[in-house]
Amino acid sequence: MTAKKLSLKQRYEFLTRDLDWEPSYQSADDIYPYDKFEGIKIKDWSGWEDPFRLTMDSYWKFQAEKERKLYAVIDAFAQNNGQTGVSDGRYINVLKVFLTGISPEEYQAHRGFAFTGRHLRGAGTRVACQMQSLDELRHVQTQIHTISHYNKYFDGMSEFPIQHDRVFYLSVPKSFFDDARTAGPFEFMVAVGFAFEYVLTNLLFVPFMSGAAYNGDMSTVTFGFSAQSDESRHMTLGIEVIKFLLEQHPDNLPIVQRWVDKWFWRGFRLLGIVAAMMDYMLPKKVMSWKEAWDIYFVEAGGALFQDLARYGLKMPKYADIATEAGEHISHQNWGLFYQLCHVAGFHAWMPDAEHLDWLSAKYPNTFDKYYRPRFEMWAKQEKEGKRFFFNGLPQLCSCCQLPMLYTEPGDPTKTCFRSSVFKGTRYHFCSDGCKDIFDGEPEKYVQSWLPVNQIFQGNCGGATVPEVLDWYKINVGVDNGDYVGSPDEALWNAWTAQRFSEAS
Amino acid sequence: MSVVAITPDYEDYIEYRDEQSLYHGAMLVYVHWEEHISFVSAFGVPLPPGTPFGAICEIAMGIYGDHPDAARIDWSQAEWMIDDERATPDFGKSIVENGIGHKSLIRFWTPGLHGYQGTAN
Amino acid sequence: MMTQLASITLMRNDDARPIIDAIMADNPDVCVLNMPGAVKLDCDGRLRVNRASVEERMGRAWSPQEIQLVLVSMAGNLEEDDDQFTLSWHK
Repeated sequence: MTAKKLSLKQRYEFLTRDLDWEPSYQSADDIYPYDKFEGIKIKDWSGWEDPFRLTMDSYWKFQAEKERKLYAVIDAFAQNNGQTGVSDGRYINVLKVFLTGISPEEYQAHRGFAFTGRHLRGAGTRVACQMQSLDELRHVQTQIHTISHYNKYFDGMSEFPIQHDRVFYLSVPKSFFDDARTAGPFEFMVAVGFAFEYVLTNLLFVPFMSGAAYNGDMSTVTFGFSAQSDESRHMTLGIEVIKFLLEQHPDNLPIVQRWVDKWFWRGFRLLGIVAAMMDYMLPKKVMSWKEAWDIYFVEAGGALFQDLARYGLKMPKYADIATEAGEHISHQNWGLFYQLCHVAGFHAWMPDAEHLDWLSAKYPNTFDKYYRPRFEMWAKQEKEGKRFFFNGLPQLCSCCQLPMLYTEPGDPTKTCFRSSVFKGTRYHFCSDGCKDIFDGEPEKYVQSWLPVNQIFQGNCGGATVPEVLDWYKINVGVDNGDYVGSPDEALWNAWTAQRFSEAS
Repeated sequence: MSVVAITPDYEDYIEYRDEQSLYHGAMLVYVHWEEHISFVSAFGVPLPPGTPFGAICEIAMGIYGDHPDAARIDWSQAEWMIDDERATPDFGKSIVENGIGHKSLIRFWTPGLHGYQGTAN
Repeated sequence: MMTQLASITLMRNDDARPIIDAIMADNPDVCVLNMPGAVKLDCDGRLRVNRASVEERMGRAWSPQEIQLVLVSMAGNLEEDDDQFTLSWHK
């Protein structure tokens, strides 16, 4: 007689909680010193359920299968010179932003989940965090492998690890993860697992990766969707942690709500960079940022928070402000990229007439009124041979670390300024959301390493722009500035000319 | 302290990273031209405390000079705000005498100039 | 109350096609959003993937856990066992 096959539920029980044990010669509090100081109260760790019921043996099996498929595609892409078949040379710049701005955060997430996987005392939670930690390591590795092929041909990608610690706009994602990783394990889980993965990450990986597919970038769409197949598990972990915390004790609700409010806003600010990538950097477009926001935040987030209302959890504070900003944020951020790309490791450019019309159609309430005139003015300056670059160093928000470029809610013609004075020193913020976060923990944020302020303090290689760019490892005249006139453009044009000459 | 930390002596280890003392005798000042938000944000500039206020106009022209409105700025008509308060600065006096401190925000409006085609750009 | 969409996004490839077809057959009110490389399937309140329906179309044994190989995103509370993979919101 053959042994009866175990059901999914039984396997999960045996291979997860059943492998745990009660410590006998050390106290649990000594073994897990980090899971109480945040004020979260857990009555019963066995209340944790992983709805995927994924066990370690299945995990390795599925992940190996995903890797096999992904590397077959990456290999085929390289073998067939896939880099020559993307929609336009401009497209490569999204990969530069991705590799420098997002891949290092996959590594930060790996470290963060390794920590929570070690320090939360529930066996189910530990296993889920351990899997996510391994996933995140897989993501950073596959992204580096995929993009390394482009690095053979295009500029601006080779110094991503050091740039992550130095370059001004890269401090935006870095500070997000530094903030999360220096919090306790529960706040980290809510920050990354819930606010980032569940509420916001779809905006990055679904329409954006679909955009990669549409722009002929077979290798990126494959790593993107391969990562995203793990992401569904991460989203589930994120929602489970919220439900678990809220079910365990009513005292957890105000703490969790504060974290949800904080991390929603930080995530929203961070993803504004993706907004500019979607609306401006994809030569062929799948959907606008606004449309993606409506599907993935207004609709999906709305359903989620309606579901969580039974625990007393409310929509994140300032969700309405974020939705209103959906009409503006991609244009404002592209304005930032356009005028500061001379000090960045990627190229920006003036959208062409067809692109401007697409933006008018997608943003009928705002684009022609507020942003088209801006591009008209800059196009005129370009024509006169005076391509506009911002000539100074921008004021940064002391929370999100983005330049203070966002506008007042309800008035897109007026820059939003907020400030707080803490222990005699003034700090500036781009929004009420960022100010609230600072005011909630000023002792933490006074320690922020704000890149512009650090330049002025003399800590970034020198006092002049060329010295700072050298310290950033940005190769001036090659990695930075407008796409038009760049070596990337020259290469792309040469490939295109070759294709035409071969065809004729 | 409002930070919930695992270490009771957290405050003893705080590194304040934006104090005036870190700016080698200067103070950081922010300047913003209202109704011209095609410029990404206010700009920051470190200045010795004795800098005359009028120098800010010259520095601003170095940043904003290429804008079509820039040549028409009449500094004698500009309206000012320093850290959320309306101000009438004395251009000959120092920035400190004009009430400016480390990381003060100086905003100015230029009557008649409302950005490219009046769009605040 | 706004509608709460239970939603699943799958890769658009040969491995996922029998699953997409099974979802469309078993969830009559399903709404389909086609994107390059992916397809998003939405149902009001509840969306179910049945093992038997997928196996019928795939022509081999299939475990609902295998959906992870082609899964891009989802929305709703997940209930999974040996026979089904269901996403739903509390009503």
